[in-house]
Formats: sequence, structure tokens, C-alpha cells
Amino acid sequence: MMRTPTRGIRILGVGLEIAVPIGALALWAALTRDGSSFYFPPLLDIFRTFQETWLFAGMGTDVVPSLSRLLSGYAIAVVAGVVVGVALGSSHPLRRMVDPVVQFLRAIPPPVLIPAGILVLGVNSTMKVALIAFVCLWPILLNTIDGVGGVDPTLRETARSFQIPRRDRLFRVVLPSAAPQIFAGARVSLALAVIMMVVSEMVASTNGIGYFVLQSQRTYAITEMWSGILLLAILGYVLNALFLLVERRALRWHRGARTGSA
Amino acid sequence: MLRVEHVKKVYGEGTRRPFEAVADLSVTVSEHEFVSIVGPSGAGKTTLLKCIAGLLPQTSGAVYLDDEEVVGPPEKMALVFQDYSRSLYPWMTVEDNVAFPLKRRKLGKTAVRELIQDTLRSVGLGDAGAKYPWQLSGGMQQRVAIARALAYQPEILLMDEPFASVDAQTRADLEDLVLALRDRYGITILFVTHDIDEAVYLSDRVVVLTPSPTSVAEIVDIPLPRPRDQVETKELPDFARLRAYVWRSIKRPEQSATALA
Amino acid sequence: MAAGEARTRHVARSLLGRALPVVGVAIAVSLFEFASRSGLVDARFLPPASSMLGSLVDQVADGSIWQPVGQTLQGWALGLGLAMAIALPLGTLIGSVFLLFMATRSIVEFLRPVPSVALIPLAVLLFGAGLESKIFLATFAATWPILLQTLYGVRDVDPVAMETARSFGIKAPQRLRRVVLPSALPYIATGVRISSAVALILSVTAELVLGAPGLGQEINIARQSGAVELMYGLIIATGLIGWGLNVLVALVERRLLHWHPSQRERT
Repeated sequence: MMRTPTRGIRILGVGLEIAVPIGALALWAALTRDGSSFYFPPLLDIFRTFQETWLFAGMGTDVVPSLSRLLSGYAIAVVAGVVVGVALGSSHPLRRMVDPVVQFLRAIPPPVLIPAGILVLGVNSTMKVALIAFVCLWPILLNTIDGVGGVDPTLRETARSFQIPRRDRLFRVVLPSAAPQIFAGARVSLALAVIMMVVSEMVASTNGIGYFVLQSQRTYAITEMWSGILLLAILGYVLNALFLLVERRALRWHRGARTGSA
Repeated sequence: MLRVEHVKKVYGEGTRRPFEAVADLSVTVSEHEFVSIVGPSGAGKTTLLKCIAGLLPQTSGAVYLDDEEVVGPPEKMALVFQDYSRSLYPWMTVEDNVAFPLKRRKLGKTAVRELIQDTLRSVGLGDAGAKYPWQLSGGMQQRVAIARALAYQPEILLMDEPFASVDAQTRADLEDLVLALRDRYGITILFVTHDIDEAVYLSDRVVVLTPSPTSVAEIVDIPLPRPRDQVETKELPDFARLRAYVWRSIKRPEQSATALA
Repeated sequence: MAAGEARTRHVARSLLGRALPVVGVAIAVSLFEFASRSGLVDARFLPPASSMLGSLVDQVADGSIWQPVGQTLQGWALGLGLAMAIALPLGTLIGSVFLLFMATRSIVEFLRPVPSVALIPLAVLLFGAGLESKIFLATFAATWPILLQTLYGVRDVDPVAMETARSFGIKAPQRLRRVVLPSALPYIATGVRISSAVALILSVTAELVLGAPGLGQEINIARQSGAVELMYGLIIATGLIGWGLNVLVALVERRLLHWHPSQRERT
């Protein structure tokens, strides 16, 4: 809806894009400098604590356990979701049968499963990995089923008319065609994985970043708490950025095809 | 080489409203022949083609290719769909699209590469191999689909309204391309279209269909001289006569039959 | 004869088709039931489906479930409502002014993927362990999807539609109401759909972690007091609420967007 901005405005825009975040940080630092607010310690103190706590002392005790739970649970969900989704998505009656079940399981707000996880598996890493995998499974499964069920009939018929073997039909026709939807599901799941990692550590753990953050708050180590929040923010950002990188590479054709055919 | 015998196709059999798309249709195509099927829109042309291609089981009747009954997609047959944007795989390059059906033919790597290069060059896309289909214009995409079908080395090529979604100039170019390729590769072509000019210009025989439930209204021989030319052929009085004849036959099947007698 | 036979077959098939979702649910429930009854899983930790559902039914029958359900839904509604009140005007503004878009872009891009549960400790510090914290967390989390979708929706308005409106001399406020917002509506609807789920997740999480009153807290209490069946019954209840809200939002979306191609295809 915008009129195309002129060159001068565009340069000003890029300047703002860089200057505003720096300005915001500077403002935050200036406002908190005198340390008068108990809840908002000086920004520079947060940075200093961040460095002392995480680079690299807390890496082994908290970051590595957190991340390894997250990644193993997520990986299990991706593999299981795609495999089961392809199997279910290829059959119309099966698709209709599992739909309400998957819709329901997906609709459960993930953290409420943590008490059940504690009960069934105890307070340990296996429980957290299992819960992350369970929660991440449904969006991927649902989107894979939809994606596989929605492969363009002309693409399918072309493959059949050229007698493309089953294996190739699966890996070079069905999966690529469903890939945009599978990735969309995987992206939702990644956000859920981070939530589950943090919350399960807050509720039932003796290590991990979530545990650290809540424990800091409970002992009124406010600067430490902020440094943990900052770490989670950076983790969330980096994970998302990595995901986008992979997606962009894998779906290069998709972006082109959409703009190209318009 | 291709015999279609009493093919009948009913959709939704047993439902409250079964739909009879093809009533009872028989036609034969001999080797090296160019046969077009024309009919009013909604005349079950695509249905018929899918039955012939072995993609859709007919309700009754049979299709034979070289005296073998067609039950699934035969290896001697290749298909070009109308909707090139949906029949080319957007995640594969042009080369990969052409190579994809060749994987199970145990040809050597170099042989495959030569075949791809050769067919792409023959449709005038010798240097577009590394591009993605969506980077090409509509006409060029349909050339890729044709190249893919040719590289499959079929004996018969089925084309389902292949030029219906391209502009007029491109269409004329592609028509001539198909005629040239037919001479070069010596293949038989069964061509479905709703365009009467196109059918008459390209074919040895034109099969006129009735509205659905479809059957053959009439088969018209096209004794126009070859090679054909977009300007000269279409200037011939015979061309105009045949064109008008087919046109009437589609509009009023009964009357044209009496007019002929 | 053959036609009659085909007809019965067809009728049977269409009946079966309609029954399939029910059959699917029945199979899932009985698998669960069987696993527990046969001792495949420990019934102390994973009781049979019938007793989970039984305890849920009891809760509904004696009315004790409604208060926590109401508290959870309150968190959801206030969180989602506040998020819309913040994100819709802000998204429209940022989307319409190029310099504002550029100025906020890097901050928005950084804050969006931040896991909102990271702010739980901060919420306790600022607002304590009650409703305010719940609303703060739900609002924070639900704001981003709506903000971004609104922003991109407004930026994506067809220039031709805008030029047309301008050429007819339609004034800016009218253009906003009649052209910009309707064409951004599909985007906004997607944002609200995502945010609705997110707001529910954060409400329940606040109850679970902070002990704010609501279903999450009840689930925790049930586990700690060893009322296993009740705990599962309440978990099922949150799932049903989540599912119900998804259906509700989808319904509203379909009504508002009945003119949009994506909705037309569906019917």
C-alpha cells in the first residue's frame, strides 16, 4: 500500500534500522545506570553477569543439557512426524480417521503434559526429551498428512504415466511437494520445543537454563535472572534463524515458483 | 497400433446421479499417423485420454497398444498435459525434469546426458537445462514437457490440449515444432484439442466427438499436402472447406452427416 | 441388478465415510483403555481411558470444573483481547509508514522469536503470582503473531486497489477502513488464530509454574495429591478447550472472510 519510497527516504530508513536498536539499548543503559530500580538492574551489569555466567562457565552445566534435550526431542518428532504422516496421508480413509485424534492432541496446551510426564517417567532427562518429542510431533504430523494428501493430481498422474517407481515417487514427487507444509509445521514445533524445554526445567529439574532463571528469581539474584532471560532470547533468535536458513535452502524452488508463476 | 474398442466410462456408478462421460467409443490409430480428437467442451475428451493412457480404468471396453491390452500406463506411451505449470516438477531443474522418467531405463550416464541435450536442443531449449521451469515462459515450459515426453522415447505421444494455455503466436510455433519433431522421431501422435483450426492443420485424420455421453460423431480424413505451413496450408481452399466441415459436424452432428450424403 | 448392487455399495461407502472420524476416535480411546487394562502400561500412572473420562464427567456433573475453566478462559480472553488492542493499531501504523517500519524492524525481528516463557520470572517479580502475571505473559506472547501479520498484511495491499481508491478521491481514513483493512484481513485472521492458541498455552503455563488459579494449577494439585485420574481428566479438559477455541476462531474467520478465495475453495 506504500508508495515506493524515494532514494533519500530509503537510505534514511536503513540508517534508522541500524540506529534505533542501538539507541534503544543506549536508552535502557542510561535509564538503569544508577541502579535505583531493584527489578531493572543496570544493563551493563546484566552484560557483565551474562559474560561471567554463560561464557563459558554455565555452558556445560546448564546450556548443553538444555540444548541436547531440545534437539533430541525435536529430531525424534521430525522423523516420526514425517514418516507417520506420509503413511497416513497417502490413504484418504485413514486421513479422515486420525484427523480428530490428531486435532485434539495438537490442541492440548503442551505444558499441562508435564505433570503427567513427571508421573509416568519421573523427573529426569528422558521425561523431558519424551515430552518435547510428543508435543512437537502433532503440528508436524498434521501438516505432513495435509501436504501429502494435497499433492497436485496432475503431478501424481505425470509420475504415473512415466511409470516412475514407488521410491522415486515418494522422495522426488510427494515429499518435495509436501515440503512447504512440512516446514511450516516444523517451525511451529520448534517454538513449542523451546517452550517445553524452558517450562519443564522450571517445574521439574535441577539444571538447565529454565531452572537457572526461575531459581535466580526465587533467590532474588535479579541480574542473573536477566542474564538468563537474555540467553533464552538469544537462543530463541538463533534457533529460529538457523531454521529459516535451512528452510530457505530447501525450499528455494518454492519461493521462485510462487513469484515466477504470478 | 492403437485400438480403442467400445470404451465406456461412467463416473459415480451407483450414486443417485451417475455421470456417463464416454458412452461407447471406438477408434484406431495406425503407425506414424497424426490423429486429432476434437469435440465441444465438456465432451469427456480428457476422460477418454486418461483411459487410453491407462491412468483411469474404463467402465467397459478395452484399449490395445500393439495388440497388448492397456491396464496401466504403457512404457511405449508418453503424455503431455495441458497444464504445464502443474505437470513439470517445480523443485527440479529443466534437465532433472527431463531426466526423471529415464532413471529406470538402464541407460549409461553419458547416454542419458546426450539424450537430454539432444531433446532439449530439438525443442529449442539447448541452453536452458540448468534453469527451473518457473523461470521460463509458458511456451517454453510446454517445450520442456514435450522434451521430457520425447526423451522417454515413446512410440506414441498423447497430447491433451497442450497449447490451450499459450498465446497465439507461441501456439503456431509449437504446432510447427510438433510436426517437425514427428518427422524427426517418427512417432505416432494422438492429439486432443478443442481448436478446429489446429486439428485440421496438424492431422491426417480428425475424430469428431459428440457432446457427452461421448461417442464418435464422425471421422474426417485430412488429405492436405505435407509439409504444412502456417500461411500456405491455411490459404488452401481445401483447408477452408475441411475446417467448415468439421465445424458443422461439431455443431450439428446429424445434419452434417446428411450434407455429406 | 448390477446397478442396484453398485448403489448399495455406494450408500454403504458414504455412510462409512461419515463414520470414519468417529471410528478413529473410538479406536484411539479403546487402544488406550486396553493398554492400561492389560497391564502393558502401569495403570497407577496411566489409568484406563474410561476412568480418566469418568473423573472428567464427575467434575462436570458436580460443577467443580467450571471455576478453574473460567479462570483459564479469563486469562485467554484478556490476553488475546489486550494483544489485539495493542497489535492491530500498532501493526497498521508500522505497516503504513515506511520509516517506522524500517526503524522498528530489527527490534521486532529480534523480539519475535524470544520464548515468552522466559519472562515468567520477570512477571512474578513485577506482578506476583496471580491473574496479572497470567495476563502479562499471555498478552506478550499473543501480541507478536498479530502484530507481524497485520504489519505484513497492510504492506501487502495491492497497489492497484489503492490507486483505484485514490483516483476516485477517497480520503485516507476511508481508504484505511474500506481498502487497507479488508485486504489485510486474511493476514490478521491468521495472526489471531495463532495468537489464540498461544494465549491459552501461556495462561495454562502461568497457572502451572506460578500457581495462578486455573486449570494448570488444578492439574498440579491433582498430581501432588495423587489424584491421577483427576489429573488426566483435567488434562483432557484443557485439550477440549484448546480444540473448542480452535474451532471457534476458525468459524469466526470463515464468517469474516467469506468473500476471500481461500474460503471459497473450501465449500
